[in-house]
Amino acid sequence: MRRRFGPPARTRAAEAVVTILIVASGWAAILVLAAIATFLFASGMRAMSEVGLWTMLSGDSWFPTSQNASFGFVPSIAGSAWVTLVALIVCVPMGIGAAVYISEFAGPRMNEIAKAVIEFMAAIPSVVLGLIGLALLVPWIKATFGLDTGLTALAAGLMVGVMCLPTIVSMSEDAMHAVPSELRQGSLALGNTRWQTVYKVVIPAAASGIFAAVMLGLGRAVGETMVVLMLAGNAGIVPDTPFVSARTLPGTIANELGEVVRGGLHYSALFVMGLVLFVITFAVNLAADFVLERQRRRWRR
Amino acid sequence: MSATSRIRRARAVEYVARVVLGSCAAAAVGVAVFFLGYIVYRGASAISWEFLTEAPRMFMTRGGIFPVIVGTFYLTAGTALLVLPVGIMAGIYLSEFAPRTVLTRVVRLSIANMAGVPSIVYGLFGVALFVLASGWGRSILAGAATLACLTLPVIITSTEEALRQVPRDLRQASLALGATRLRTIARVVLPAAAPGIVTGSILGLSRAAGETAPILFTAVAFYAPIASSPFSETMALPYHLYVMATQATKPAPHVVWGTALVLVAGVSVINGVAATWRSVQRRRIRW
Repeated sequence: MRRRFGPPARTRAAEAVVTILIVASGWAAILVLAAIATFLFASGMRAMSEVGLWTMLSGDSWFPTSQNASFGFVPSIAGSAWVTLVALIVCVPMGIGAAVYISEFAGPRMNEIAKAVIEFMAAIPSVVLGLIGLALLVPWIKATFGLDTGLTALAAGLMVGVMCLPTIVSMSEDAMHAVPSELRQGSLALGNTRWQTVYKVVIPAAASGIFAAVMLGLGRAVGETMVVLMLAGNAGIVPDTPFVSARTLPGTIANELGEVVRGGLHYSALFVMGLVLFVITFAVNLAADFVLERQRRRWRR
Repeated sequence: MSATSRIRRARAVEYVARVVLGSCAAAAVGVAVFFLGYIVYRGASAISWEFLTEAPRMFMTRGGIFPVIVGTFYLTAGTALLVLPVGIMAGIYLSEFAPRTVLTRVVRLSIANMAGVPSIVYGLFGVALFVLASGWGRSILAGAATLACLTLPVIITSTEEALRQVPRDLRQASLALGATRLRTIARVVLPAAAPGIVTGSILGLSRAAGETAPILFTAVAFYAPIASSPFSETMALPYHLYVMATQATKPAPHVVWGTALVLVAGVSVINGVAATWRSVQRRRIRW
């Protein structure tokens, strides 16, 4: 009789089953992502064939419920663009500045406290930020700029900017942390001050990681729903300044999906909007990941 | 320019940079502290035993938010049941099994991209797949499934991260003693990585508990009794807060801010405990 080494057959069988489960789970992410794309596309099919994708993307009026319904995305796209622009103006300089300070200037104790506080901020649910915005930011904007309403792209953008801050700070901090300290020491030994070391050595070395942080912040800003839904005002016009009420892609979906006839043209158009949002964030994330991978390869040893 | 003036200039610039960068950091930290303080300031007066343990009365202006808290608990627990097995196994796959191939790179790319998909898009997906195609209707199950998709990338990445920090020697020692690969993972690697996995999971789930957009159309109602089955609608803290904050007839403001405080305090206390526990465990286990 041939004697086999190793565990008995039953253990082997059990292990094979578990291994298959583990491998299958590993593929779950691809499956979910593909399912999201498929379902958005399938549900948006009706609007894309009856109205036309280009007509929707370039149409500048959104009257989904009127007699002659029109499904133009331009008001929402323009609103999203204003909100995102304001948000980036707020969070990119401040976020990178804070990250540089925390990573390069602050002592270890300060570093720990700042990180903990920023982690706490990342955990605040966006609906709570919307509430704070309604209570403080909206009346302040109304009074300061003498507007009819404080529910503007500006208000939403400022709050979304605050929301993206933790993402940008912690990711750029990570990027600078990954720069080998030999580079810093070399620069300091040559007589550079700390600030000179930061902008001549650390920032160039961490540039792609910082860029990726900005891209991910951008992705969050475009996709943020609750803050924008509560603060932007959801008006129907194409906004040409941030000082007017505007609708955004996520805000429009969240505002209207509850009221539409399931399977109707309006319902389908909202899914096309979701698909547009999905494609935008997908592209942004892909770009971020590509750059991040390059950075990783650069400092891998 | 002489050497001394160059040095003087560099010192001045250094000083300015320190101040500017320091104020950026102070502003970022200050905003967070201010928000926390403001929520506590507005909400603290609402918090009472009654507020936490009773059902709402008089059109939400009196009574408490007990069913709302229970609803969020059900949704989060459902999310945990659905996402943890898959997420942790996927983390194990990436850390212990995945070959270094293009396909693995695609898996990682998908996970990174899933993390960036806007929450409202998960909401749309949940409506199409779980509410309509699966026929679950607006229900805790549909909402939890949607939140599970949203949380999956967080759980996978934190599990993988935790597993990777377990030193290779432990694995090799176990394998050298004749344990199979899976037994090594179950008996050696997972216990060593447990603090990281548990904390990562809690952080991911507490984020899910605060999400509004994904459950907006898949699970919640503004008023519903405490759910009796996974197929019933439920109330939930973030949605309750959203409706009360935006509806035209405002309920008593202390109820709104009280709800906000319960949500923020719940999420941050759980996060804080989890993070502290992890750092204690890390100090306990030394390689």
